[in-house]
Amino acid sequence: MLKQIEGSQAMAEAIALCRPEVVCAYPITPQTHIVEGLGALVKSGRLKTCEYINVESEFAALSVAIGASAAGARAYTATASQGLLFMAEAVYNASGLGLPIVMTLGNRAIGAPINIWNDHSDAMSMRDSGWIQLFAETNQEAVDLHIQAFRLAERLSLPVMVCVDGFILTHAVERVDIPDQETVDAFLPPYEPVQVLDPKEPVSLGAMVGPEAFTEVRYLEHHKQMRALEIIPELSAEFKGIFGRESGGLVRSYRTEDAETIVVAMGSVVGTIKDVVDERRAQGDRIGVVSICSFRPFPQEQLREALAGASRVVVLEKALAVGMGGILAGQVQMALGGHGPKVYTLIAGLGGRPILKTSLSAFLDKVVADPHLDVHFLDLKHDVVERELERAAHLRRSGPTAENVLKQLGTVMSSPV
Amino acid sequence: MNQIKFYQKGTFTVGNRLVAEEERTTQASPARSNSLTCGHRACQGCGEALGARYAVDAAMRAADGQLIAVNATGCLEVFTTPYPETSWQIPWMHSLFGNAPAVATGVAAAMRVKGRTEVRTIAQGGDGGTTDIGFGCLSGMFERNDDVLYICYDNQAYMNTGVQRSSATPPAARTATTPPVGDKPGNVFGTGKNVPLIAMAHNIPYVATASVADLRDLEAKVTKAMAIHGARYIQIFVPCPLGWGSVAHDTVRLARLGVESGLYPLFEAENGAVTSSTKIRRRVPVEDYLLLQRRFAHLFKKGKPVDDRVARLQAMADENIRRFNLLAPEE
Repeated sequence: MLKQIEGSQAMAEAIALCRPEVVCAYPITPQTHIVEGLGALVKSGRLKTCEYINVESEFAALSVAIGASAAGARAYTATASQGLLFMAEAVYNASGLGLPIVMTLGNRAIGAPINIWNDHSDAMSMRDSGWIQLFAETNQEAVDLHIQAFRLAERLSLPVMVCVDGFILTHAVERVDIPDQETVDAFLPPYEPVQVLDPKEPVSLGAMVGPEAFTEVRYLEHHKQMRALEIIPELSAEFKGIFGRESGGLVRSYRTEDAETIVVAMGSVVGTIKDVVDERRAQGDRIGVVSICSFRPFPQEQLREALAGASRVVVLEKALAVGMGGILAGQVQMALGGHGPKVYTLIAGLGGRPILKTSLSAFLDKVVADPHLDVHFLDLKHDVVERELERAAHLRRSGPTAENVLKQLGTVMSSPV
Repeated sequence: MNQIKFYQKGTFTVGNRLVAEEERTTQASPARSNSLTCGHRACQGCGEALGARYAVDAAMRAADGQLIAVNATGCLEVFTTPYPETSWQIPWMHSLFGNAPAVATGVAAAMRVKGRTEVRTIAQGGDGGTTDIGFGCLSGMFERNDDVLYICYDNQAYMNTGVQRSSATPPAARTATTPPVGDKPGNVFGTGKNVPLIAMAHNIPYVATASVADLRDLEAKVTKAMAIHGARYIQIFVPCPLGWGSVAHDTVRLARLGVESGLYPLFEAENGAVTSSTKIRRRVPVEDYLLLQRRFAHLFKKGKPVDDRVARLQAMADENIRRFNLLAPEE
């Protein structure tokens, strides 16, 4: 049913349609509306046979989900930013134990400095944790990815993180098609665990593994994710057959035929980039965009195919590997194997900075003019940075960086950039 | 005139033989579940292994075999599951050091949502996993009154990592991080936390302390706890020969002397109020307990206290005796 609805509410309804049996809730912006929505659905009786547990921390949220999943229940939780870091130990534990938990990540920056707005630092911090990580481009896709996520997680017995941009998706009200229960039931059968705590058949889970077997256990975890590279497109195709729309998959290309320049990105910013592509195409620029939906497993081969023929690839990413540069750009480069197009790293949207079409277009002009461009920070306020560097160079007790920068900028502006 | 008592139950003096058969504690019987079975790798004289064996078997009996156990990281976890060998004959899970109460909450929630109300859930850990790193999750589980019995095996330090101080380490005790050097040797006075009392402050239905010197009392408390739904906490005093510097055959003796000196009060509390305490049958000075352990050796020279710290420990014992009313009325 088509609804004009907030992203978080739409996701809550979609998750409820997946019949989760244990939902663990702990508030953290910008994910909170999702668990609030689920809480209301459970409390009102619309979502039956579901235990809704208000926990005392994110670490507990995922730990309760771990216990519930190991005991055979379909378990769900949501978090963001600091919350993901606070549960980091349990994040690795859930994947190491092979528990098919689904978790929404309302992507948000990581402090310090504390910042509640959107970027992908949180998701990137857990990129090697063993979770499947899917990025939604729109709220419709966020809804659809959750339904696919439970199916994928349970098929492989691996946890899946559905990454949705904080505020940009979680708080945006737009038209979303919420499927009905019968359709979701047809796509998502009840959870059949591959391992379960049950007095009828006692097992020990979580044993210590020494050097004699650790590599093999890790290899098999990797193997599962490699299998996901085949299963994700299958599920996406099956989903399309039942629900009638394209959602998920590994990578998606937009106007990349004959493109000289291809922008690669993840999440909601792809929408902005599509607009830029359309505008530049209208002016004769041969440009397209490739959206990566599945960041883990990373679709190297599919990406290589999607980028074939381009002479330059601009990787726009909302995260920064401090001391290195791009994270996604590095992975794209690895997928290309050092051959083919030149890869540019564009760091954009950190801590919620708006990614403007004009800035993006100006950067694309620059790439053509200067093929040796280093890591670039979109809309970086160079004057502010230079002044602070200058100050710090002459003053030993120069004080806290964040506060100094804010002082320079004066009252926070309500208009972007 | 003193009345002579011959029929004292349990391990004090005459032991099992004078107790009615059905009340006897049995090491082995076909009916026993042996939840924690033989072949594990615990040290000789391990108090935790003894405590766990009796506690979990009692819980199994009470749950009619329908039991799932969650275990925090620690000695008990490590010595029972050197895979492919496992000593657990029950469904058992280890996740992390600090999340056993939360994982157990999840297990209990799964059983409830699936309508399998006959299946009961316990969580267990050492004092480090309980009173320190797992404390947030423990308090959350208590506060929500989740249907979990949490059992803490308290050997008063981080033994698995090599005897470091925990918030359950008593004052003056030597650990690897409170060495017996300087002008305040050993663990400092005035620190540590009493988790049974903190558990009571959550108003949970049942809190108890127990000792491996009185296995019948321990079993009775576990049985009682299992008859109740909601969050329950039992803390079992389990000497550790390795960490305490005691000889293996003194484990039960130390577990008794800790209680009989008043340093480890045994009591039960329901809904936030103490409802009973185990009376000390033969009160002993704290020296009797301390002198058997090398972790307290720095308190003595030729069997005599070197300063007032032994007296301060005695004062703590005296205060416990007063507070928990541990002395039987004079007959």
